[in-house]
Amino acid sequence: MNKTVNQKAWFLVLPVLILVGFSAVIPLMTVVNYSVQDTFGNNVFFWAGLDWFRDMLESERMWNALGRQLVFSSIILAIEVPLGIFVALNMPKKGFWASFCLVLMSLPLLIPWNVVGTIWQIFGRVDIGLLGYVLAKLGVNYNYTQNVIDAWATVIIMDVWHWTSLVALLAYAGLQSIPDAYYQAAKIDQASRWKVFRFIELPKMAGVLMIAILLRFMDSFMIYTEPFVVTGGGPGNATTFLSIDLVKMALGQFDLGPAAAFSLMYFLVILLISWVFYTVMTNLDKRDGV
Amino acid sequence: MAKITLDNLAHSYLKQPKSDDDWALKELNHDWADGEAYALLGSSGCGKSTLLNIISGLLRPSRGRILFDGRDVTDAPTAERNIAQVFQFPVVYDTMSVGENLAFPLKNRGADPKYIAERVNAIAAMIGMEDQLRRKARGLTADAKQKISLGRGMVREDVNALLFDEPLTVIDPHMKWELRTQLKQLHHDFGHTMIYVTHDQTEALTFADKVVVMYDGRVVQIGTPQELFERPAHTFVGFFIGSPGMNLFDAQVSGATATVQGVAVPLGDSYAPVAGQVQIGVRPEFVRLHAGGEGLPARITRVEDVGRHKIVRLDVGGTAANAILDEGTPVPAGADRVSFDAEAINVYADDWRVAPQSLQGRAA
Repeated sequence: MNKTVNQKAWFLVLPVLILVGFSAVIPLMTVVNYSVQDTFGNNVFFWAGLDWFRDMLESERMWNALGRQLVFSSIILAIEVPLGIFVALNMPKKGFWASFCLVLMSLPLLIPWNVVGTIWQIFGRVDIGLLGYVLAKLGVNYNYTQNVIDAWATVIIMDVWHWTSLVALLAYAGLQSIPDAYYQAAKIDQASRWKVFRFIELPKMAGVLMIAILLRFMDSFMIYTEPFVVTGGGPGNATTFLSIDLVKMALGQFDLGPAAAFSLMYFLVILLISWVFYTVMTNLDKRDGV
Repeated sequence: MAKITLDNLAHSYLKQPKSDDDWALKELNHDWADGEAYALLGSSGCGKSTLLNIISGLLRPSRGRILFDGRDVTDAPTAERNIAQVFQFPVVYDTMSVGENLAFPLKNRGADPKYIAERVNAIAAMIGMEDQLRRKARGLTADAKQKISLGRGMVREDVNALLFDEPLTVIDPHMKWELRTQLKQLHHDFGHTMIYVTHDQTEALTFADKVVVMYDGRVVQIGTPQELFERPAHTFVGFFIGSPGMNLFDAQVSGATATVQGVAVPLGDSYAPVAGQVQIGVRPEFVRLHAGGEGLPARITRVEDVGRHKIVRLDVGGTAANAILDEGTPVPAGADRVSFDAEAINVYADDWRVAPQSLQGRAA
């Protein structure tokens, strides 16, 4: 086949390049720009090289935030994924109650993040919140503004409440795609309930679960609004996750250089972990195929 | 292995079936003899799969009982019935290897590992997958997956019955023959009671000792392939079995003569006066074509040469009909009449076959 060479074709790509340039590349580059410079104000910048990155890597504050973040995301995944699967397995398969459950499950997903935060902030208050008040009446010493464990518990339960639905809905979609014949064959083969789950349901859900895990990991790793509204990162720095710390640094202290370096590393960490997740899971998939 | 008895069995998918049409399976009494191979033949949606699922216990019948060797199992779960069933579309456990798939039903019943290995190897040889036992089942072709499903159905030796629900639909024609032959062989060797659901008459006729023809939720005839061919009990059987199916003509019957379109057609036997909508049925194999003379006026619309024989499409006074001519026989020049072999004519009233007088009182 003869290819016609026409360099004007590049103009057709141009709009996209411009769009991506303004929406992603340029903002990211300004961050890169800040991360290698220092300023004493008055819009005067001078070269700082990789100093900020070095500072950040040596900063205990960032490592602590990263540690908290990893613990938080791990707990979230460890609770939401099994719980979501469990909920999906117990949802009605069809009829009125199936639709009812679906709507009910979707509700938390439709609530804006800072509203979720506000709901739980009030819900947990000892003086007026239903949860806090009841717990206090029952004699439980619960106070998320002062007790680290209580603050963590509140933030985690809030996230579970908010996002387990997502895992459940995805898992439910996976389950719905399994033809009846599989369950019938399993009955004929006299497979136990556990084996039906292990050899039919779980493999059929693997694809959507991978997406669910990836989404939940990324979202929980970037969480900002809800804990910020509920605990403001406290007590002390106990629930100061990476995003909260970053905002404190960039906007609170106006340390643009370190914050920029921090952002870039944050971005790379998410990218790296997501990539590892994805690669490991798709490889597991492929290995099965051979 | 067991004799399976259906006692006044009927099923409807609706909670409160009202009219006759609401029943997916109309009342049915039948014994599936121990160790016989049956084919359950019928067009899609006639209740074949419903019946099969009732036998295996995946479905509870709305009415009636089902007995294995005289024991009522109507409410017994599938596991208790010890049945093997193969479905239309392949069901394999993706994450297991081929061998693990085959071993699964045995493992679930806690069989001895040595015995399992032995059976798995035997079955793998039968389905031609010995060299793929260690391969994961995921990513295999539909063909191979269905072979695994078949294998899983056959791996248990002590089953009460083997049920097949159109198992060869996804398998390519060459392999179909081979697997069907192997199934027959298996039946021959072990004498399992087998019920094979299909809508393919060739498959039914080659596989089974007895063919059960279903139509609209009802069993219309149970018989050997020859009986179905020669004496279809219902016009549906005549039409469904044979290619092309039986020719039907509206007629009046009195004694040993039928009158079709004003022309007298001699019958092989005499009949008592028949009520209802009366038709005569004659298979294309027994339709003779000739120019002039006796018979019904007919016009040839098309001749199809299918190799072994020729199918002549006819227009007999407005009714479409077919005749089959042997390969060597030319279509008679100027043929404008058809006549029928008197012995091969069946008489139907309201779609059901009427027994001739000489056989009255006996089952037709």
